[in-house]
Amino acid sequence: MSAREDILSRIRTALQDSPQAPQIPREYRSASGMGADELIDLLVDRLVDYKAQVAVVPEAEVPARIASLLEGTGTYAVPEGLDAGWLAGMDDGDGGSRRRVDSPAQPLSVAELDGIDAVVTGSAVAVAETGTIILDGSANQGRRAISLVPDHHICVVKAADITGILPEALRRIDGTRPITMISGPSATSDIELERVEGVHGPRRLDVIIAR
Amino acid sequence: MTTFLGMPALPAFGSGNLFAGESFPKAAHRELGNAQLRANLGHATHTIRDKRQAVVSELPDWEQLRDAGSAIKESVMARLPDLLEEFEKNFTARGGVIHWARDAREANEIVAGLVRDTGETEVVKVKSMATQEIGLNEYLEEQGIAAFETDLAELIVQLDHDKPSHILVPAIHKNRTEIRDIFLREMPDADPALTDDPSVLAMAAREHLRRKFLTAKVAVSGANFALADSGTLAVVESEGNGRMCLTLPETLITVMGIEKLLPTWQDLEVFMQLLPRSSTGERMNPYTSLWTGVTEGDGPQNVHLVLLDNGRSAALADEMGRSALHCIRCSACMNVCPVYERTGGHAYGSTYPGPIGAILSPLLTGIQAEENNSLPYASSLCGACYDACPVKINIPDILVHLRSVDVDSTRGTKKVPSQMDVGMKAASWVLSSGKRLGLVEKGLPLGRLAAGPDRKITKLPGIAGGWTQSRDIPAPPAQSFRDWWAKEHRDAGNAPAQPDTEQPGTPSRDEKEAQQ
Repeated sequence: MSAREDILSRIRTALQDSPQAPQIPREYRSASGMGADELIDLLVDRLVDYKAQVAVVPEAEVPARIASLLEGTGTYAVPEGLDAGWLAGMDDGDGGSRRRVDSPAQPLSVAELDGIDAVVTGSAVAVAETGTIILDGSANQGRRAISLVPDHHICVVKAADITGILPEALRRIDGTRPITMISGPSATSDIELERVEGVHGPRRLDVIIAR
Repeated sequence: MTTFLGMPALPAFGSGNLFAGESFPKAAHRELGNAQLRANLGHATHTIRDKRQAVVSELPDWEQLRDAGSAIKESVMARLPDLLEEFEKNFTARGGVIHWARDAREANEIVAGLVRDTGETEVVKVKSMATQEIGLNEYLEEQGIAAFETDLAELIVQLDHDKPSHILVPAIHKNRTEIRDIFLREMPDADPALTDDPSVLAMAAREHLRRKFLTAKVAVSGANFALADSGTLAVVESEGNGRMCLTLPETLITVMGIEKLLPTWQDLEVFMQLLPRSSTGERMNPYTSLWTGVTEGDGPQNVHLVLLDNGRSAALADEMGRSALHCIRCSACMNVCPVYERTGGHAYGSTYPGPIGAILSPLLTGIQAEENNSLPYASSLCGACYDACPVKINIPDILVHLRSVDVDSTRGTKKVPSQMDVGMKAASWVLSSGKRLGLVEKGLPLGRLAAGPDRKITKLPGIAGGWTQSRDIPAPPAQSFRDWWAKEHRDAGNAPAQPDTEQPGTPSRDEKEAQQ
């Protein structure tokens, strides 16, 4: 008998008492009912608690904000599908020549990514209550490696993509895409259970909330 | 109660790192002698307890989430064969390859074979309880394959040639200075001026592992959840070492126990609220990765999953104990356990320490394996673990159940009755009759005499000596409660209760009187 057949038969034998699957009580919250301003305030509060840096700006000011965050940075990566206007502030001077575009046709190698200082991406959806930003690999976020290897992640969250609680956010996501949920910069609590920010993932996380 | 009798297949128990090599009391006694360990554990468990309490209190629907989590897991166990097949179909349809492993040895062989097929001799590892349980690192080493742990705490344990003592924070028994010393001793590239500041130590780990991450071709991981309706796997982590391993290599091999399934995507909303708050005491862990088979152009293109039984089907056969398989490995139970806090994880022998380990290890291996029958007694039955468990596993009930399984497993196997057998028989004879109890109580003044002028009994003979080994018994009172009651009521003008003559099974007159 194959291991598969054997294990399935062991399990069926173990369940000979035919336990019934219970009804799942879903009486927990499925929505927060929070207003737009409340959502932004809560998300900012949570992100700051994780030691991320946050700016809330009108959508039109996103390019200027990105440009100022990238000031003094060497090279930066962007996914090919990043909202075109967001890099408008980078087109003057050498801003364009410091840009490394990652595309399905011409992906940056891991070694190249390791030499790049920052990355700018969009995001799919955010959860205010937990300070979580979800990337799903859509065109304006790119593949997972580009938001992982560079040490500084600049992530733009649109106000319309902010939800109150996790169930609302997961309803907006296709679970079969490659998904990364990010709640602050990388951190560890492995030494005496004390939280320390900055390990293997980006040590600096800048979030721009575009309202 | 044995649920296996008369069934076509005997329970197939697990192997690997699941055994207490010596009995818990013996191991605990040794560990308790380590003052540094107790100080480290006391500090760490209290820190995490407070953090957990703070973030759990924040949620107005915590209890509703626990109820949902518990019911979802119960439903998974009831439907396990169907869900496994559904998961397999979806994962395979998306380009993943499923392997089934009956036990630790088979799982190790599958992983080693997959690594060999890539031509590589090194793998990077994401922290995983399943691979710890099967002893994968040791097996790979024998096969000439080097496995590098990348989680900070696992790295500390691996560098120190030590064993994990906690499922979430395997190096919880080490303090910062001890960790600094390990790094200085075992990391060839460590800065000699390294301080014991946790952020400096975390940076040293980053430097040490960076090159490995960027060049690794094969990664081995565990999984926190697997969603049957989509074939999706999830890894919950903090440092980004998980993302590195799950994203950059060409080949990803995941080892997961068969009980980790969740039926649907929607169920993730429950568990991703329960797990981070219960484990690290955070509103959300820094990183969670989800992948479904292979995604072209993003992440590993060779994706394998080893589904591991290793005693889980045997645990499932125990109707009382099967809910131990609901465990999501958050570690909240060990952080609140008064026994774990003092003895630490090594005393339990198995990969799974603490309250959940005390039930899970014997369920996976069978109660008679090595010294695992001592584990269900490693508890005061205070119930703190049950209160903390995010999926409401009734650990105290299962502990008591396993104690009875243990007693039943040795019943009638010994020719000479033990002191415990004799004592229990005598107690049963005395306690089943008010008259006999009254007679025995006449002996109380003898106990007072034995206690002497300091009114303490400090040493009892025989197995009762186990009780007085670490505590005194206060001198018994001069009269029993029953004598006092009778006297009081006589003085108050009520007729005292007469010694009973009724048949066993009917309430004694004393009981009736007490109910008035």
